[in-house]
Amino acid sequence: MSWLDRLLGRNETSGQVAKQRLQMVLIHDRADLPPGLLEKIKDDIIQVIAKHTAIDTANVLVHLEQDTHENRLIAEVPLLAGRRNGRG
Amino acid sequence: MSAQVLTVTSGKGGVGKTTVTANLATALAMLGKRVTAIDADIGLRNLDVVMGLENRIVYDLVDVVEGRCRLRQAMIKDKRQPELYLIPAAQTRDKTAVSPSDMVLICDQLRQEMDYVVIDSPAGIERGFRNAVAPADKVLIVTNPEVSAVRDADRIIGLIEAEEKGPGQLIINRLKPTMVSRGDMLSVEDVLDILAVELLGVIPEDERILVASNQGLPLVMHGLNGSSAGEAFRHVARRLDGESVPFMDLTARPTFMSRLRTFMVGK
Repeated sequence: MSWLDRLLGRNETSGQVAKQRLQMVLIHDRADLPPGLLEKIKDDIIQVIAKHTAIDTANVLVHLEQDTHENRLIAEVPLLAGRRNGRG
Repeated sequence: MSAQVLTVTSGKGGVGKTTVTANLATALAMLGKRVTAIDADIGLRNLDVVMGLENRIVYDLVDVVEGRCRLRQAMIKDKRQPELYLIPAAQTRDKTAVSPSDMVLICDQLRQEMDYVVIDSPAGIERGFRNAVAPADKVLIVTNPEVSAVRDADRIIGLIEAEEKGPGQLIINRLKPTMVSRGDMLSVEDVLDILAVELLGVIPEDERILVASNQGLPLVMHGLNGSSAGEAFRHVARRLDGESVPFMDLTARPTFMSRLRTFMVGK
């Protein structure tokens, strides 16, 4: 990496990019849940929860995480109710 | 004494399975072992040309399976190593001409008279792969330090564990030390981090591999010195044979000019 890259904040080599991309793709491969399916799950979660309470649908996040023992599906659903400066 | 059956596989094509099979089989034979290499890539026969035995084929694997010859008749004896044999694949048939149980049967016969049987698996995860893995005592997974090859290796590791042939051992082929040192290639550590599997060997990229296959003379036979890929293959063979051989140092030593270039332009 050159001083120019460092100055511009481009501090990742293509080898590091390769490793990160591989890690992401393998989480999905190993769990047999392609990213497109995750989007569908996300839409369904939004529908179910929105039936009961108002949610910030634009900021719902659904992703997979992997630790040594298991794959985990993580869903983050921001609620509009109870926000300090909430619009809801 | 019963032979150990080693299957060389990868998932992805073009990572060097046939080269690895030819060199390991030859290197094991050079250690004084009795070795038979089997080309399980039916329809896309190649191990014969890499080993330089293409002109001596009379019978092939499918002839044995279908009873047109005895096993011994399909075993081509190598010209240079006294105890090295090749059973070639059929060229005009497809993978369904052989079943996993046929492969088990053939290898069980070979176990009596050999020390090692090395099977070259076809690419993919279908019938040909299952044929090649069925008789294996140990599966050697070949990969390149490259996103697509490592992804396929991960899939293969999962499949061989499901077939209870796991965990398998990894050979990283075609590593370019200078690219690793400037951060433009996955390192051995990166690959091991991702795949979490035992490392059997690292083979550096080497132009002489192509020269060797041009000549039909596996690189390990090209004299004992001056070939880092050949040396790496000989090390793998000795590890397979139970010897503890330290891994070669494949870190590129940067010259003053390359360091200056890296500092200035990043390449």
